[in-house]
Amino acid sequence: MVRMSAVEKHFGDLHVLRTINLEVASGQVVVVLGPSGSGKSTLCRTINRLEPIDSGVIEVDGKVLPAEGRELARLRADVGMVFQSFNLFAHKTILENVALAPIKVRKTPKAEAEKRGMELLERVGIANQRDKYPAQLSGGQQQRAAIARALAMRPKVMLFDEPTSALDPEMVNEVLDVMTGLAKEGMTMLVVTHEMGFARRAAHRVIFMSDGEIVEDSTPDSFFTAPKSDRAKDFLGKILTH
Amino acid sequence: MNVLLDNLDLYGRAFLGTIELFLVAAVGSLVLGAIVAAMRVSPVPILRTFGMLYVNLIRNTPLTLVLFFFAFAYPRLEIVDLSFFTRACIGLILYTAAFVCEVLRSGINTVPVGQAEASRALGFGFNQTLTTIVMPQAVRAVVPPLTNVQIALLKNTTIASGFSVFQAGGIYQELSENGYNVLVGLLWIALGFLILVVPLTLLQRNLDRRWSVAT
Repeated sequence: MVRMSAVEKHFGDLHVLRTINLEVASGQVVVVLGPSGSGKSTLCRTINRLEPIDSGVIEVDGKVLPAEGRELARLRADVGMVFQSFNLFAHKTILENVALAPIKVRKTPKAEAEKRGMELLERVGIANQRDKYPAQLSGGQQQRAAIARALAMRPKVMLFDEPTSALDPEMVNEVLDVMTGLAKEGMTMLVVTHEMGFARRAAHRVIFMSDGEIVEDSTPDSFFTAPKSDRAKDFLGKILTH
Repeated sequence: MNVLLDNLDLYGRAFLGTIELFLVAAVGSLVLGAIVAAMRVSPVPILRTFGMLYVNLIRNTPLTLVLFFFAFAYPRLEIVDLSFFTRACIGLILYTAAFVCEVLRSGINTVPVGQAEASRALGFGFNQTLTTIVMPQAVRAVVPPLTNVQIALLKNTTIASGFSVFQAGGIYQELSENGYNVLVGLLWIALGFLILVVPLTLLQRNLDRRWSVAT
């Protein structure tokens, strides 16, 4: 579904992505772990070209990622994205947030888009918040709305860029539950996160990044019980003992 | 009081002229200002440069000069024959749009980058992102300075006297020709402008209150 080959990216002098080769099969749930600054968010953001790359090839559903323009917009419509800071449209109600892109981008009739929007809000458990503005919701509710907004486009793959990092601890689970549900239904997902519980529970595959490189690529079980590289051992040592 | 009562018709016609000029120029400058602001934030370098040049050229030119250009120089170019009123409107629109553009651009800068990113990630193009996501939020943030620009425009309409467009700035000439006390006449004009500004101020208050709930 997603294929990256020999992808390189620099931020000035910083080499953030070093020869990334990655293939995510349809229906697979891939969790990307790594210390901060390891390039995992950047990796996630290159897949729908929110970050352009210096060289290499990225394919989504067999199509090479086009340069800026209408083609790219069309491809982005098929790739759902959930951000760390939610990024719900602040001047639109929750239901408008969910129905807006189907109406404007997919040209779905308004009534139909809102009906489907309500179903999705129902599913993430915030249908009763439909007429509120994002700022009136808790972080967990906002992130669930953001997931519903991405799902409204019926994406082929979902990207999650640290979806729970900005949440209060008691709200993390309500978001992870929605994500676990999606994973069970067979959605193709690439999740950048620090939630080890989610990685163990829902991931088919764990990728460990450090200094812009993919250091390990294995199943959650073998990664958590028997990490091969020193960098992964060091990382796990730091997060699992605190 | 006599100055006003004797010349009520004169004042009425003059302020009607002011209001007409203002309404056309207000709408025109908001539209053109938004377009130039869009150019200045667009990903196309040529458009950005054009927007930058436009703003810096027009903003640094005295309005009198802009209007004099359209009053006296433009007809010599013999492009399209336009009425005085139309030319006055064009001058005011071109001038005010530069200020509207900069106010809107500062509004655009207040909208978090994440809003545009989310919109692009959903498949919106540049124009859709700007018109449906960024601009509406930018305008909300700049209602007071945008009102300032429009109030300045209202008062700038008086410079259109140079065009023989009859408006409030031209009243005193006729008063003085007819031997009235011009000082008193001018005070009435000032009061007239104060009254004209009231609806703008009320509109600003109303918009500020309505939109403060939403975000």
